[in-house]
Amino acid sequence: MIVEIGHFALALALGLSLVQCALPLWGARMRDPALMGIATPAALGAFLCVAVAFAALTLAYVQSDFSVLNVVENSHSTQPLLYRFTSVWGNHEGSMLLWVLILTLFGALVALSRRSLPERLRANALAAQGAIAIAFLAFILVTSNPFARVTPAPFEGQDLNPILQDLGLAIHPPLLYLGYVGFSISFAFAAAALIEGRIDAVWARAVRPWTLTAWLFLTLGIAMGSYWAYYELGWGGWWFWDPVENASLMPWLAGTALLHSTIVMEKRDALKVWTVLLAILTFSLSLLGTFLVRSGVLTSVHAFATDPARGVFILAILVAFIGGSLALFAWRAPMLKPGGLFAPVSREGALVLNNLLLASACATVFIGTLYPLALEALTGDKISVGEPFFNATFLPIVVPLLAVLPLGQSLAWKRGDLLGTAERLFAAFALALAATLAAVAFAEGGPVVAVLGLALGFFLVAGSLADIVNRSWTRGMPLATAWRRARGLPRSAWGMAVAHAAVGLVAIGIAAQAWSTETLAVMKPGEVAAAGPYQLRLDAVLPRTGPNYREDVARFSVMRHGETVGTVEAMKRLYVTRGMPTTEAGIMTRGPSQLYVSLGEPQPGGGLGVRFYWKPYVLLIWGGALFMAAGGALSLTDRRLRVGAPARARAAALPAATPAE
Amino acid sequence: MTRKQRRLTLIGAALSVIALALGLVLFAMRDTIVFFHGPTDIAEKGVRPGTRFRLGGLVKEGSVVRGEGQSVRFEVTDTNRSVLVRYTGLLPDLFREGQGVVAEGVLEPSGDFRADSVLAKHDETYMPREVADTLKKQGVWQGEGSRR
Repeated sequence: MIVEIGHFALALALGLSLVQCALPLWGARMRDPALMGIATPAALGAFLCVAVAFAALTLAYVQSDFSVLNVVENSHSTQPLLYRFTSVWGNHEGSMLLWVLILTLFGALVALSRRSLPERLRANALAAQGAIAIAFLAFILVTSNPFARVTPAPFEGQDLNPILQDLGLAIHPPLLYLGYVGFSISFAFAAAALIEGRIDAVWARAVRPWTLTAWLFLTLGIAMGSYWAYYELGWGGWWFWDPVENASLMPWLAGTALLHSTIVMEKRDALKVWTVLLAILTFSLSLLGTFLVRSGVLTSVHAFATDPARGVFILAILVAFIGGSLALFAWRAPMLKPGGLFAPVSREGALVLNNLLLASACATVFIGTLYPLALEALTGDKISVGEPFFNATFLPIVVPLLAVLPLGQSLAWKRGDLLGTAERLFAAFALALAATLAAVAFAEGGPVVAVLGLALGFFLVAGSLADIVNRSWTRGMPLATAWRRARGLPRSAWGMAVAHAAVGLVAIGIAAQAWSTETLAVMKPGEVAAAGPYQLRLDAVLPRTGPNYREDVARFSVMRHGETVGTVEAMKRLYVTRGMPTTEAGIMTRGPSQLYVSLGEPQPGGGLGVRFYWKPYVLLIWGGALFMAAGGALSLTDRRLRVGAPARARAAALPAATPAE
Repeated sequence: MTRKQRRLTLIGAALSVIALALGLVLFAMRDTIVFFHGPTDIAEKGVRPGTRFRLGGLVKEGSVVRGEGQSVRFEVTDTNRSVLVRYTGLLPDLFREGQGVVAEGVLEPSGDFRADSVLAKHDETYMPREVADTLKKQGVWQGEGSRR
C-alpha cells in the first residue's frame, strides 16, 4: 500500500510540476500576479510529493519489502540497517529519485526564500525549474519506475553491489547531486533572464548564493567520491580520469568560472551575456554528466545501468534542454544590454582570464571524455584517452591559472597596478620559496615538476595570507589594530582567502605524491617489508565472518626504527549472495600522510601477494577540498548575501540600482 | 586605453587562450591516445610490435600460470585467436578464467603481449564494453545480465 502511495505521489508531482511550469510562465507574460503566485505552492507541493515517494521507497528498503522489484535487486535482509537505507540510491531508479528529490528541494527553497526578487524573474525561474522537473519525473515514471512490484515475492533479495556497501556511498551521491542539481537554479535564473530579456546586478545577487551553494556541495561530492575510490577500489589512486569522474569535473570547472563571472557582474555590471551563457553551459554539463553516468554509454567502473531505452530518453532530455536553452540564448541574448568594458589590468580583467582558462580546461576535459565516443561512432576505432592526454592538455592550462591566481586576488577593481601588487606579494613569494627549499631539503630532492607543484601550492597559501594581511595591516600599525581590522573584514574576503589557500593545499598534496612509494611483496607470516619510512610485519592471516560476507584478514604490525607504532588490517572479502570478491585496503593515517596496504592473491609458494603504498601528505588533497568548500560556506554567510537586496520599496524606486560596495 | 583597444585586448586574450588549448589538444591527440584491439584485430590489422594498446577478450580457461614473485602468464582469447599475456603485479579482484579482461601494454616482437596494467572491473555482471563488442564480432556473445 505504502509503495503504491509512493508511486501515486510521484505521478502527482509530475502534475504539480506541469502547473509550476505553465501557469507562472503565462502569468509572467500576462503580468498576472495571481498566476505568477501559483509558482510557490506548486513548487512546494511538488517537493512534498517527491519527498513522500522517496520516503515510501526508503521504507520499503528499510523493511526489506521483497515484493518490490527494486528492493529485490539491490538489497538483502542481512545487510546492516545503514546499507539497507543507502541502497535506496545505490541503483539506477533510486538514484534518479534522489536526483528529482534534490531538484524539487531546490525549487521549494527558491519558492520559500525571503530574498526580495522581482516577481516576474522569480515566476519565470520557477517555471524553468518546473520544466526540468517535468522531464525527469516523466523519465522516472516511463523508464525507471522504482515502485514496480514482483509476484510472487521472493524470500530474499540479491544484495547491493558490494563495493557500494560502504559509508562513502551514504555520503557521496547526495553531495554530488546537491551540486549537480543545484546548478539547475542558476540555469533556471538564466532562462528567466533570457525570457524577460533583462539582466542586471540584482539578477547576479539573486543567483550567486545558489551557485555558491551548488559549487560547494559539488566540491565536497567530488572530493568524497575521490576518497571513496581511493580506499575502496584498492588501487591507491585518487583520480583516474575516468569518464564518470570527468563528468563531475566538467560542471565543477564551469561552475567555478560562473562563480567568478557572477562576481564581476554583481560588482561591475559587466560580462552579463557571458555569465548567462556560462550558467546555461554549467547545468548543461551537469545534464551531460547525468546522461553519461545513467545511460551506460561509457566503459567505466561506474556504469551500472545498461538499458538503451533509458539512454535514448535522457539523450532526448539533454538535447531538448541544451538545444532549447542555447536557441533561447541565440534569440534573446542580443536584446540584453551589454555591460561595460574595463581595463585589462584590474580585478575584473584577472577574473576574465580566470574564466578563459577555466573554460579552456573544461573544454579539454570535454574533448578527452567525448572524443573516444565520437570516434567510435564515426569510424568504429576504439581508443582510450587517459592520464597522459590530460597531463598534456589539462595541466598546462591549470598551472598558469594557479600561478597568476594570487596576483589576480590582490589586484584592485577598475584599475589595478600590476607592479604595486607584485611588490605587495613579494613577501608571499619569498615565503613560498623558503618553504619549497625547506621541503626539498627535507625530502632530499625530487622530480622538478613536483618541486614546481610544491612551490605553486606554497605560493597560493602565502598569497592568500598576504591578501588578508595587506587588507588589514599597513606598515607601522600596531598588531592589535591589524587583528581587529582583519576580524572586521567581510566574510566573503575571508571565504575567498580560505578557498584560494585551499587550492594551494590541494596542489601541495598532489605534488607530494611524487614522493610516494609503492612496494610489491610476497609475504609469509613473520616476514617484514618496507614501505616509505615504515616497516610492516605480517603477523597473521585470519578468517572472519561479517553480516553478509566472509573475509580473510591480514594483520600487520607497523614499525618505525624498530618500535611498533600500531597495527593495520587489510582484507580480502567475499560477499556471499553475489559471490563477489572485493579488496578492502588497510589504511593507517600518520598525520596528513597515509600507509596503504592492499592484498593480492595467495601465491603458489604459500605466501600472500601484498602491495604497500606510502603516501606522504595525501590527506591534503581531500582536506584541501574540504577547506575550499569551507571557504565557500564562509562566503555564503557574508552579510551582504544573507541580508539580501535592498528592501522592496527601495528596489521598486531604484530598479537597476547597483549594490553599494 | 580607448574602448576599441580594450575590446581588442579582450578578444586577443580569448583567442590566444583558445589557440593554446587547441594546440595542446591536437598535440596530445598524436601520442597519448591508446587504441583498443582484440586478439583477432592484432592479426588482421597487422599491429606492429612495440605499439602500445589495450588488449581485451576473455581469459582462456586453464591458461593462467603463476610464476615467481607476482608474475603471471595467461592467454586472452576472443575464441577465434588468442594472445599470450605476461604481467607482474596484483591482479584485480574479478580476474578469473573465462571472464572478461582488459590489459594495457606493449606487443613484443615474439607476438606476446607485455601488460603493465590489467584493468579491474568491479561488477561481476558488467562486461567491459570493448570485450563485449569483440565477442559479438566473433559471434559468441551470450547476452548481458547472466548472473552466476
